[in-house]
Amino acid sequence: MLILGIETAVEHVSVALADHRGILATSSLASDRRHAESLVPMIQFVCAQAGINTAELDAIAVDTGPGLFTGMRVGITTAQSMAWALDIPIIPVCSLDIVAQRVTRCDDIIAVALDARRGEVYWALYRPTSDTSPIVQPLTEPVVTTPDDLVALLHERAQMVVCVGSGIERYKEMIESVSSAQCAGPAYAQPRAQELLTIATQRAIREEWVSASEIEAMYLRVPDAEINWATRQSAQDH
Amino acid sequence: MTTLATPDTVILGIETSCDETAAAVVLGGNDVLSSVVSSQIDIHARFGGVVPEVASRAHLESIIPVIQEAVHSAGIDPSRIDAVAATVGPGLIGALLVGVSAAKALALVWDKPFVGVNHMEAHLYAGLLDDPTLEFPLVVLLVSGGHTMLVEMIGHGTYRLLGRTIDDAAGEAYDKVARYLDLGYPGGPAIDAAAELGNPEAINFPRAMMHDGLNFSFSGLKTSVINYVRKNPDVSNIDVAASFQAAVVDVLVAKTIMAAQQVGAVGVVLGGGVAANSRLRAQLQSQGQLNGFRVAVPSRAMCTDNAAMIAAAAWHRLGSDGPTDMSVGANPNLALPVVA
Ligand SMILES: [Zn+2]
Repeated sequence: MLILGIETAVEHVSVALADHRGILATSSLASDRRHAESLVPMIQFVCAQAGINTAELDAIAVDTGPGLFTGMRVGITTAQSMAWALDIPIIPVCSLDIVAQRVTRCDDIIAVALDARRGEVYWALYRPTSDTSPIVQPLTEPVVTTPDDLVALLHERAQMVVCVGSGIERYKEMIESVSSAQCAGPAYAQPRAQELLTIATQRAIREEWVSASEIEAMYLRVPDAEINWATRQSAQDH
Repeated sequence: MTTLATPDTVILGIETSCDETAAAVVLGGNDVLSSVVSSQIDIHARFGGVVPEVASRAHLESIIPVIQEAVHSAGIDPSRIDAVAATVGPGLIGALLVGVSAAKALALVWDKPFVGVNHMEAHLYAGLLDDPTLEFPLVVLLVSGGHTMLVEMIGHGTYRLLGRTIDDAAGEAYDKVARYLDLGYPGGPAIDAAAELGNPEAINFPRAMMHDGLNFSFSGLKTSVINYVRKNPDVSNIDVAASFQAAVVDVLVAKTIMAAQQVGAVGVVLGGGVAANSRLRAQLQSQGQLNGFRVAVPSRAMCTDNAAMIAAAAWHRLGSDGPTDMSVGANPNLALPVVA
């Protein structure tokens, strides 16, 4: 099972190829949001490094967010166009799952938060991996809230939690004010194509995948114009 | 011309620069095998204009079904496609990137050239797509929500900008006046429909810069419409719409004829979203012919945004410049390449 992994939901771009033996090739770029420019050349690079042709791919895994809207769409469109042309399935993976997967060999609950700007974070809680379960299992649905809501929950649970992600780094002082919270550090703060593929490989075994036209972006936020329109409507109704 | 663009070359074109998700398959630069357009007009109507983030989301949802339908209805196997083209600008960045990403991904998998296309250049080719017998030089009047310009097509890929709006685009003026008169969105078709019923000579709105060069100005007209309605609250909307439209069309047509005479053009061509306007189409046709020009008024489907024009422009660019590098992104402010 040869899978291409595409990660464009955050500032940097990363691409990797994996099969049953593990990661075959990776490419990553700390680009300043030049996702559309970099992505296809990076896919060409990893394929050349691994000595494979795109026609040999069995599936494509892609980070479907939450994250940067434009970046997500570049990755999703690329993945679905390739999958449609090759007639292969897509494995959509949540950005927060990928970051959680980066925290291995840990016995505690994992809290992942990615910076959502505007004073908010995208976040979810995870059960750690184990010998019987090589991929992280979410305990909560992904949400977007102010970091205060996450901090309040951490206080409430009062159990050891490993906190990871760009949203944790951004609001580190607030998070560290919770005595049971422990920060994993900036080295693990972003999703990467390698962990995306760790998750995707496990899902591929159980054929947990969709067709090119079935994939959806996870925005968590409605466009501002929708909010403004709804506000105007309710003002008119009253 | 290199061997990349021949009469047998089949190009898949993709267009996502604004609020239409479109894909088309074109053979040999002018034989349209299929052209699919998924409009988002209904999605944006309640906002009274195109909302970039809403547009980008809709493009993502439609892109695969639209491409699939274009390839399917062209009746060809995807292996017959020789190149994949997409609009790289100008337009809304988030919207453009959906089409560019799709085109590059397909070019990668099919191992075929990618061609990045300038949306404005594609509009110029829409006229030729409808009538391939047109000869250069041509004067093209390009009017849309974002642009109002007069372009001389000296030859393939060689253009001169003769005039443009110094403030609002004509389509913008239509949208603003339509909103003010509560006629609905988008403004072009709304005013066109209302004007059908009204008297175009009821109010003598100003024809700005009518005899003053080849540039346009529409913001003054918009203001005088608003002022007139304020002072005459009982005036009928249909007469205002008809008189406003007459003022816009008079200026557009007069300047197009003037430009064609100045450069010694063989013909005049209409393009852009506002070119779907019935008065503009009729007036340019009659005035152009009266002045001895060949007039090309493409079908409404070719005037508004579509991907057949993208594939047509791509065929010429592939022939002259070859494939576009895969590291190209989108440029929201891409200008039409013009000679001095
Ligand atoms: Zn256009």
